[in-house]
Amino acid sequence: MLNPENIGRKSEEREIVVEHGQLKLFAKAIFETNPIYFDEAAAKAAGHPDILAPPTFGNCLKLLAPSKDLSYDSLGIDYKGLLHAEEKIESYQPIYAGDRLTLLTEVVDMYEKKGGALEFLVMRTSIHRQGELVQSLTGTVVMRQEVA
Amino acid sequence: MVSIDSNALELHALDFSSLSIGDQLPPLQFGAISRHTLALYCGGSGDHNPIHVDRDFAQAAGYDDVFAHGMLSMAILGRMLTNWTAQENIKTFSVRFSAITQVLDEVTASATISDKTSENGEQRLTLDIETRTQTGAKTLTGSATIVVPPLK
Repeated sequence: MLNPENIGRKSEEREIVVEHGQLKLFAKAIFETNPIYFDEAAAKAAGHPDILAPPTFGNCLKLLAPSKDLSYDSLGIDYKGLLHAEEKIESYQPIYAGDRLTLLTEVVDMYEKKGGALEFLVMRTSIHRQGELVQSLTGTVVMRQEVA
Repeated sequence: MVSIDSNALELHALDFSSLSIGDQLPPLQFGAISRHTLALYCGGSGDHNPIHVDRDFAQAAGYDDVFAHGMLSMAILGRMLTNWTAQENIKTFSVRFSAITQVLDEVTASATISDKTSENGEQRLTLDIETRTQTGAKTLTGSATIVVPPLK
């Protein structure tokens, strides 16, 4: 069960360096064909400083640098009943391989549907580079209590 | 050695004046989504939820089999968008996950221009975006906001 007292809770700041290999594996998994997403030389030839992270990669950074303070356990979330309900990505600056980024996550909302059979949890993660906001991600997950 | 496709390096700049509400982007087809693809995406995305790669776990959770990460379909929508315009022009990108994409499903990403505005010199498009499987079932719906720079 979700505890509404968790609304407003913030994670610790997490630092992560965007790894070339991670971006290349991600590009392979989504069958990316544009080499600016997996080849340093191609990215530079196209005017980028390094391999460009694709539009949804910010969500991967959330998962690659998980919060200890806002762990699923601490929020009462069980993987078995968990589904992704919504994701909104607001981009302000591109993310490149080699970037050293800081992530901060906050519990934004919790609500129920179907008399509590479905519980929704909304969390927002902001990604900063040297104090500048580069991306904000708002994700909603849903837990089906009958299988949790 | 990776061969560099010069077409992929330089997208044609969008001509805002030639775009209209109702116009469709070139769709992108993906799949069928194999178990191997799901394993690659598990490692590549950092989403290690076993429900996408471990059938024993998925069955214990009440599913018949593993199923695809919702964010994999969102990444396919992202590829469709960046095939059409430079990524820096994509300002917001949001989806609602409405149905599960099963392993071995084929996914088609598509988009339609639903709004076009020009204010204070900023040329803005709103796209309705969606993914469907081979049965026609809608799996993701959402929207994206594109700011089109003036042609040089």
